Amino acid sequence: MVYNAVGAGYPVPRNLNYMWNFGVLSGFFLMVQIATGVVLAMHYAADASVAFASTEHIMRNVNYGWMLRYAHANGASFFFIVIYLHIFRGLFYSSYKAPREMIWLLGVVIFLLMMATAFMGYVLPWGQMSFWGAKVITGLFGAIPFIGEPLQVWLVGGYAPNGSTLNRFFSLHFLLPFVIAGVVILHIWALHIPGSSNPTGVEVKSESDTVPFHPYYTAKDGWFLGLVLIIFSAFVFFAPNALGHPDNYIEANPLSTPAHIVPEWYFLPFYAILRAFTGDLVIPFTGVVLVPAKLLGVIAMFGSILVWFVLPWLDKSPVRSGSYRPLFQKFFWVLVLTMIVLTICGGAPAEQPYILVSQIATAYYFLHFLVILPIVSQIEVPKPLPFSITEAVLGSGTEASAPKPAVTDTPSSGGDLPGGALQPAE
Amino acid sequence: MTIRLGGIIFGIVLVGILLLWSLVPDTLKYSAPAKSPYYAFHEEKLTPEGGFSFAGLGGKWDYQQLQRGYQVYKEVCSSCHSLKFVAFRNLAELGYTEAEVRAEAASWEVPGLNEYGEVTPRPAEPTDYFPSPYPNEVAARAANNNALPPDLSLITKARPDGSRYVYSLMQGYVEPTEEDLAVAKELAGGEEWETPVGLYFNEHFYNANIAMPPQLYPDLITYADGTEATQEQMAQDVAAFLTWTAEPSLVARKQTGWFVIGFLIFATGLGFLSYKQIWAAKKPNKKA
Repeated sequence: MVYNAVGAGYPVPRNLNYMWNFGVLSGFFLMVQIATGVVLAMHYAADASVAFASTEHIMRNVNYGWMLRYAHANGASFFFIVIYLHIFRGLFYSSYKAPREMIWLLGVVIFLLMMATAFMGYVLPWGQMSFWGAKVITGLFGAIPFIGEPLQVWLVGGYAPNGSTLNRFFSLHFLLPFVIAGVVILHIWALHIPGSSNPTGVEVKSESDTVPFHPYYTAKDGWFLGLVLIIFSAFVFFAPNALGHPDNYIEANPLSTPAHIVPEWYFLPFYAILRAFTGDLVIPFTGVVLVPAKLLGVIAMFGSILVWFVLPWLDKSPVRSGSYRPLFQKFFWVLVLTMIVLTICGGAPAEQPYILVSQIATAYYFLHFLVILPIVSQIEVPKPLPFSITEAVLGSGTEASAPKPAVTDTPSSGGDLPGGALQPAE
Repeated sequence: MTIRLGGIIFGIVLVGILLLWSLVPDTLKYSAPAKSPYYAFHEEKLTPEGGFSFAGLGGKWDYQQLQRGYQVYKEVCSSCHSLKFVAFRNLAELGYTEAEVRAEAASWEVPGLNEYGEVTPRPAEPTDYFPSPYPNEVAARAANNNALPPDLSLITKARPDGSRYVYSLMQGYVEPTEEDLAVAKELAGGEEWETPVGLYFNEHFYNANIAMPPQLYPDLITYADGTEATQEQMAQDVAAFLTWTAEPSLVARKQTGWFVIGFLIFATGLGFLSYKQIWAAKKPNKKA
């Protein structure tokens, strides 16, 4: 099975660029999280009165406990970094299109599970941000009409986060990574039916289009993993708290609210979308509130991810790769910019001008997926596609020993791609 | 087709609601956030001359300094602040011998039980943790004008740029300048700045009014190693000590980091070379 999954038995397009490395990296960081997490769980106590102290016990008394905990905390951040790159690679090269819809849908499920797991993990140290972050996020369920309040009390096990919340979050935080691992297996299974996509978006036509996963991609993933681990180690050993918040080193205190409650950085874009809705939906001149602002925000926040589920059917362009779609490409980079802007706004205090900026960015986010993509795929004239992957790599009608330095005439070397290093290996 | 049509309609409705009910009203009543008057006193955090020894990629503890900082904590801070995550045995990491740690622990009293099971003070053992100066929070607040002196174990990690924060805060008890007072008056809409009764002006505290009175006066303590106890010196030493209490593994962490990264660079280099070799025949513009 390993042979066919990541061994020589899996033929992979030969022209994958470095953006295709992040799937394997995501799997790697999932394993890092499970390995460090299982050991941390041996020393951690999920009881509101001692959780904070047991975290400090890990930092001070457990052999290399500080390394385990910092690797776990920064591992979560790196898991999200590589998963975001993986997702945006999928968005650029339309990896969600037929016949790969199922891979994409399972991927969105993994992402949702990751968000739940990471959120509950952040609650476990029982610091100020743990507590108040849990309070804000579980409070969102209270916005659901009619059943919101009882649902929230049922989920939290009380009217505010407390010992029961911590206990159940710990249980779920331990369980969900294994659920993720299960869905990852389905994700890879679904991948191996149609095979990997590639930067040209042209399907594999002959054996010369592919190379066996091992040794070609094991070698490429291998050295790139080393490079990412160097950056990861730089964070773990030299700036372990750079991505965290100082307030989480203050023990949770239900009576003292931090000045700015912010979630972990990887949730900031969605937090900005949540906060962009500031006004109730009122029928003009009557004052009748149809939908309160909070509920609108919650709908938009969840909708911003759920919209990915219908993405394969929103974008109907016959061309997969963004490299051959000049109009789509421009909007794609606006979307990337929008995500960055939303991240900044999500971390900023809820005051002008950040509110205005996040409202505009939120509007673009939804317009991009729901309006722009369907229309662009209708009106766009794509660039001509290469006949096959081999042709894209080597130039037309040649075999592996092509004499001419091809590729330069393929459209994939357009200057709009994300920096030279991410270009197809040439 | 229906999905796309539905998507377009849903998208336009949602964005329309956002624009008409949130963005437009917010923009009509747009106002830049008002700055609080204490913004006038905001100062850059101070850095000790030459920086902290533990800062930077190759940071090391200055054990003399940590021992001086411990002395400042013991003779000044500990009358109000606890250090609950640090045990006396940990002092061995500051360069004290086992006998010195034992003697140092014995100079503190912790609650113990006598033969009748009554709580009674006893000398601390190395395995004990630093005792709290107050039996509980109510007692701490009662003794401090209703302010709660925070536990100091993690203070340098619980504040942004914590080592410099502690160093700056201890030296932040100054008279506000006339210019700053004028700015504060303007920000407050013409109201004179006044430090509330029972609080103290400190330009490095987040709202400039701190409940803790000034602590470090020159020559307040006599350093065991003969260093002159200036305010700056004591502030620096106690900031270093509290950095150690917040993260005793800080220096070990950085040293381990160099080994790990060194190994990774080596392994990645080898990995890169093998990648180059494996792919050599498949690359179009190389001689196969």
